[in-house]
Amino acid sequence: MNVLSQAWGWLTTSANWSGSDGIPTRFLQHYEYSAEAVLIGALIAFPLGLLTGHVKRGGLLVTSLANVARALPTLGLVVLLVVVMGVKFRAVMIPLVALTVPPILLNTYEGVRNVDPQLTDAAKGMGLRPWQVLWRAEVPAALPLILTGFQFAAVNAVANTAIAAYSSFGGLGRFVIDGLATTDYGMVAGGAFLIVIAAILNLVIFAVLRKLLISPGLRQKKPTT
Amino acid sequence: MISFVQVGKTYPDGTVAVAATDLTADSGRITVLVGPSGSGKTTLLRMVNRMIEPTSGEILIDGVDVRSKSAPELRRGIGYVIQNAGLFPHRTVLANVMTVPRLLGWSKDKARERAMELLTTVGLEESHAKRYPFQLSGGQQQRVGVARALAADPPVLLMDEPFSAVDPVVRKDLQTELLRLQSELSKTILFVTHDIDEAIQLGDKVAVLNTGGVLEQFDTPTELLANPKNEFVESFLGLDRGVRRLSFFSSTGVPLRPEPVVARDAPAAEVLARRGAQPWLLVVDDGHKPLGWLTAEQVPADGDLTKVAVGELVSYGHTFGAATDSLRAALDSAILSPSSRAVGVAEDGRVVGVASVEELVPAIRAAQSASVPDTGHGDRGEPGDRVEPGDRNDREDRDDNPDTV
Ligand SMILES: Nc1ncnc2c1ncn2[C@@H]1O[C@H](COP(=O)(O)OP(=O)(O)OP(=O)(O)O)[C@@H](O)[C@H]1O
Ligand SMILES: [Mg+2]
Repeated sequence: MNVLSQAWGWLTTSANWSGSDGIPTRFLQHYEYSAEAVLIGALIAFPLGLLTGHVKRGGLLVTSLANVARALPTLGLVVLLVVVMGVKFRAVMIPLVALTVPPILLNTYEGVRNVDPQLTDAAKGMGLRPWQVLWRAEVPAALPLILTGFQFAAVNAVANTAIAAYSSFGGLGRFVIDGLATTDYGMVAGGAFLIVIAAILNLVIFAVLRKLLISPGLRQKKPTT
Repeated sequence: MISFVQVGKTYPDGTVAVAATDLTADSGRITVLVGPSGSGKTTLLRMVNRMIEPTSGEILIDGVDVRSKSAPELRRGIGYVIQNAGLFPHRTVLANVMTVPRLLGWSKDKARERAMELLTTVGLEESHAKRYPFQLSGGQQQRVGVARALAADPPVLLMDEPFSAVDPVVRKDLQTELLRLQSELSKTILFVTHDIDEAIQLGDKVAVLNTGGVLEQFDTPTELLANPKNEFVESFLGLDRGVRRLSFFSSTGVPLRPEPVVARDAPAAEVLARRGAQPWLLVVDDGHKPLGWLTAEQVPADGDLTKVAVGELVSYGHTFGAATDSLRAALDSAILSPSSRAVGVAEDGRVVGVASVEELVPAIRAAQSASVPDTGHGDRGEPGDRVEPGDRNDREDRDDNPDTV
């Protein structure tokens, strides 16, 4: 109770809502870092997933890569990279990207690979070129799974971007780390609360994306006629 | 015309899917490939649009090697229909049908107009256009598949078991529909099925394939039923091939006698006179529609047929359309009734006359000796089906059709 009211006090202090270390700035920073991690992860994982899914080969490579990335201890890696590379932004980004690669890679690969072979056969048989088969048949049909992969990646990124604060970078983790350092538990709890809000906002964003990108033909179940 | 010249396919694992095969699918005709599972039907079909490349021989469409164009270009000029339609699930029915025209660079408006027109052609309603495939029944999806294949008006259509995933009733509809479409469009159709009945019903010519991709016989359905070349073909055709063949012959030759037909309210004298001459009397109502059979013994002594309840009459089974139905329908009508007599009716349902099984024999004999159907009006369907005017013969007259290439 005490901590909650402290958190409430911290959240409602107007001074905390302005300036280069204010809540809005940190919030945006948090999203920037997360988005960047998802973007870089996607640049690596999406094409690889599309390629392997389309040719239906390389499953072992895909799963091994994903497993390795998943096995990395995020915090340990940050610390290690900071020690090795110094306090560089890359030291934070690499572990975050490692978190975004597996879901995007696996879902894209599995999604595209498992598209109904009758669909790809018909598409090819109608005269679509391989590239067109991929973009006009396989990707749209696999989109629900692919988006889920991106969503997992984003959830991972948003939840873990707090580690950026360990190596003196911004984001919402700042409040938690700094609060702990100064035993300001209101700030710690407030920061944690904001991280939860960021995760929820993330879900909302993906719900909207789903609505916009996924065809109604894939969204609905059997009609009741 | 699709010509297979010594075409063979051996898969890398050594499986011979198609042994060196020569086959010609005539323009504007339905050529059916039939055979047991694994006999290379699909392989043979898919080599035409280069979904599979042959390991020997060549395939020509109207004299041009299919390899003279890039595969995607070739495929845009060939309609392709597969078992579960393979529709784009994320696109509306309309967008699905517009696919190939759009690939070919047609304007959106033109493609849309063409697609709407085709939906009607294949028996769908305009309201279906905006639906997604999951909102259609299997049969409707298959119709969309056919419409999509026809969209750019390709002269050649490849169909791989297009109707085998739907229930028998819908399948029959789709088969009838295909024949109707074909009578209008005269496409060169290569049709794969493992169902010999479907092959017989749809094919202008039927190629029977055996395991190992061996072509056992290539003939018209009637010739196939009459003269199977070997035991394999014979057993594949099944035991009732003789009766089935009769569906290709018209019942015009059946002598229909009006004498045994008597109205229920006919004068007693007439009834008694007829009773003397006929073992069975067919009682008809005042509209001359059949009610049922009566044995001579059942006729009341005073000749008043109204005394006999309709329920006491012996069932006539089913009637057949005199001249419009096939011999098979006539024969079936005869053997179905305990009277062993077939009832022939006119278009309006009025009884024309009756014929006993024995009286059908000469007509059947005539069919036996004919290698080609005498009328060309085989109904290609089950007994009782109507022969649609303009079925086979009409198509033969249409060689100058611009669609026929
Ligand atoms: N990619 C492949 N590699 C090796 N063998 C294959 C391949 N595709 C087909 N075959 C074999 O070739 C033969 C012919 O196959 P095909 O699919 O043409 O038969 P089908 O007559 O269409 O059979 P079904 O009625 O079951 O569809 C079969 O023995 C099959 O196992
Ligand atoms: Mg097959």
